[in-house]
Amino acid sequence: MPETKPVLMQGNVACAEGAINAGVRFYAGYPITPSTEVAERMAARLPDLGGVFIQMEDEIASMAAVIGASIGGMRTLTATSGPGFSLKQENLGYAIMAEIPCVVVNVQRMGPSTGAPTAPAQGDVMQARWGTHGDHPIIAFSPASVYEAYYLTVAAVNLSQKIRQPIVMLLDEVIGHMREKVLIPETGRLMVEKSSDKVPADWKPYDDKGVTPLVPFGFGHYYHVTGLFHDQYGFPTTDPPQVARSLDRIHEKLDKYRDEIVLTNYIGHKEPRVAIVTYGCTVRSARAVVKKAYWQNRKEVGLLSLQTIWPFPEQEIKALAKQADVILVPEMNMGQIVGEIERHVRGEAEVVPVNRYDGEMITPDEISEAVGRWLS
Amino acid sequence: MAIIEQLTQDFLRTKKLPHIWCPGCGNGIVTAALVRAIERAEYDQRDVVIVSGIGCSSRAAGYLNFNTLHTTHGRALAFATGLKMARPELKLFVIMGDGDCSAIGGNHFIHAARRNIDLTAIVVNNHIYGMTGGQHSPLTPEGKKATTAPGGTVEREFDLINLARGAGASFGAKGTAAQPRQLEQLITRGSQHKGFSLIEALSPCPIAYGRRNKLGGPVDMLRDMKEKSISVERASKLGEEELAGKTITGVIFDLEAPEYSEEYYRSISKEK
Ligand code: SF4
Repeated sequence: MPETKPVLMQGNVACAEGAINAGVRFYAGYPITPSTEVAERMAARLPDLGGVFIQMEDEIASMAAVIGASIGGMRTLTATSGPGFSLKQENLGYAIMAEIPCVVVNVQRMGPSTGAPTAPAQGDVMQARWGTHGDHPIIAFSPASVYEAYYLTVAAVNLSQKIRQPIVMLLDEVIGHMREKVLIPETGRLMVEKSSDKVPADWKPYDDKGVTPLVPFGFGHYYHVTGLFHDQYGFPTTDPPQVARSLDRIHEKLDKYRDEIVLTNYIGHKEPRVAIVTYGCTVRSARAVVKKAYWQNRKEVGLLSLQTIWPFPEQEIKALAKQADVILVPEMNMGQIVGEIERHVRGEAEVVPVNRYDGEMITPDEISEAVGRWLS
Repeated sequence: MAIIEQLTQDFLRTKKLPHIWCPGCGNGIVTAALVRAIERAEYDQRDVVIVSGIGCSSRAAGYLNFNTLHTTHGRALAFATGLKMARPELKLFVIMGDGDCSAIGGNHFIHAARRNIDLTAIVVNNHIYGMTGGQHSPLTPEGKKATTAPGGTVEREFDLINLARGAGASFGAKGTAAQPRQLEQLITRGSQHKGFSLIEALSPCPIAYGRRNKLGGPVDMLRDMKEKSISVERASKLGEEELAGKTITGVIFDLEAPEYSEEYYRSISKEK
C-alpha cells in the first residue's frame, strides 16, 4: 500500500477520512458528543467531492437515511455515541435483515443513559452485539489507535459492501479524541470495487447460493426490500423452511468470510504464561506492560489485541488458552468481553477480569500489577 | 379495459396476489389509483420507487412492480430522504398509514415537509391502526372508539394537510377512496409538483374501525365518505357552518418553494 502523506490526525477525523478514501460519499447524522467531529469533517469534505452530507432530524432518521442512500448505490457512513446508538438499533437490524451495506461509528461514552458524555468507557460492547432484537449477526471493529481507526474504517466500508452487512466501528472516547500520526494515501485509493448495475441475467438480490452484489434501485431490477423474512427476490414469506433459510444466510456469510472479518494482533512471548486480551484504548496500556515485561525483561507475557470484537475471535482465544495459564482481560466496564472469553476458554486457563469504570483509563500500572501477581 | 389489464401486467406483481387486505378495505382502491396515476404521468418504470412504512396500507409496496422499499414503522420518509439525495433523478412515492406517518413518524414527516424534498407522500388515512387490530391514532376523530379508547378517544386529531403546510411542504391535497378518479388525478399532480407533496387519502377500514364505530359495511362507509366530501372549489363558496362535518377534497395548497435535493446539489456545485 503506497503510504504517502504523514499527517497528525484525530481518531474521529480518521474515521471520516478513512471512509472517504474507501469511497463513502454519503453521510447522515445527528450531533452527539463525543462523535461530532466525524460529522463535522464529513460536512467539510463531502460537498467538494460531490457527495451528500445531511444532518437529519434525529438519530433514527440518520440511520434510515444512510440505508436509503445505500440502496441508491452510495457508500454510506453515520456516527454517534451511546444514546444515539440505542436509537439506531431498530434500523440497524433492518439493514442486517435486508442486507444493506453501511458503516455505523459509535464513539463510546460512559453510560448508562446520558452517563458521562466526555468520559471514556467501553460499556457498549454487548450493546454492539445484541442491541437490536432477534438472532442477528454483527460485525464490530474496535481500533486501538488513530492509525487503526483510519484503516479499520477503510476495511469496514469495503467489507460491508462486499458481503452486504452493516459494520459497527466501536471507538472509545480516547481513540476518538486522540491525535496521532497516520500515513494516508491519496483520496480514493482505498476503495475496492464500485457497485454496478451490470449483473448476470439470473441475478437475485438474496440468492440462496450466497451473497450477490447489491444492484442499486433505478436500473430496472424490480426487487423488493423489506425487514420481513423474505425469499430470494426479497418478497415476504412465512414459509418455515424459507424463514430458517433466510436467517441462516445472513449468518453463513460471516462464517464464509471469517478470515477477512476477524482481525487480531498478538505481541509478546511465544508461549506466554500470562496473556492479556483486550481491545480499544486499553490495548495501549497493555502494550506498555508487555513492552516492559517481555521486551525488556523476557517475561512470559503476551498481548492479544482484538481489532474485531464481533464476531468474537473464538479460535484465537482457544489457541491462546492452550498456552497461557492465565488470561487477563482489562476492560473499561464492569466486565463484558470477559464473559465471552470464559465461554470459549472453558476452564483451560484462568480468566481474570481487570475492570475500571470511573471514567478514567486503565493505566499500565494497574495491568502490570495484575500481571505481576500471576507471574510470581 | 385493455389499458387496465396492461397496467396490471406491468405495474402489479400479479404472482404476489391475492393481497392480504380484508374484503372491503380501501387500500386496494388507493393502490389502484396510484398505479393509474403513475401510468397517467408516463414515468419510466425504472425511475419509479415505492417506499412504504409499516401497516396494512404499506404492504402495497410488495404488490407493485417497481423498485420497492418496505421500511420500518414511521421511518419511510427518512429512508426516502436518503435515497432521494443519493439518486435525485428517481421518482419517489411514499406510502404510509395515518398512525405510521403522524404518530411514530411525526418527526420525519414535519422535517421532510420542511426540507420540501421532492417526493409524493401518500398517507392512507383510515383513522385507525388496522394491522394491530384497531387502536386509535392521531388521526382518529375525537369521540371515535378504538380498542385503546373503548369509550371514544378524548384526544384531538391532527389536521395533516395544515401540519404539512405549516412545516413547509409545497403541495397538499386530499382525496378519498370513494372518488378514485379524483384521487388518481391528485396523485399525478402531486408527483408532477416539485417539492414535498402530500396526498391524504381517506380510506375505509371496515374491520378495525367501521365495525366498532357502527359505520356499517364497506359500501356504507364509502357512501358516507362520498356524501361528506366537498370539492375545494365548492367549499370556497360556503361558510364555516355549512362546512361543518364536511371533508374538503382536491388540491388544498400548491406553492412554489425551494426543493431540497436541487438546492443541495446546486450549492455544492457552486462550492467547487
Ligand atoms: S384491518 Fe382495516 S385497513 Fe387493515 S386490511 Fe383490514 S380493512 Fe384494511
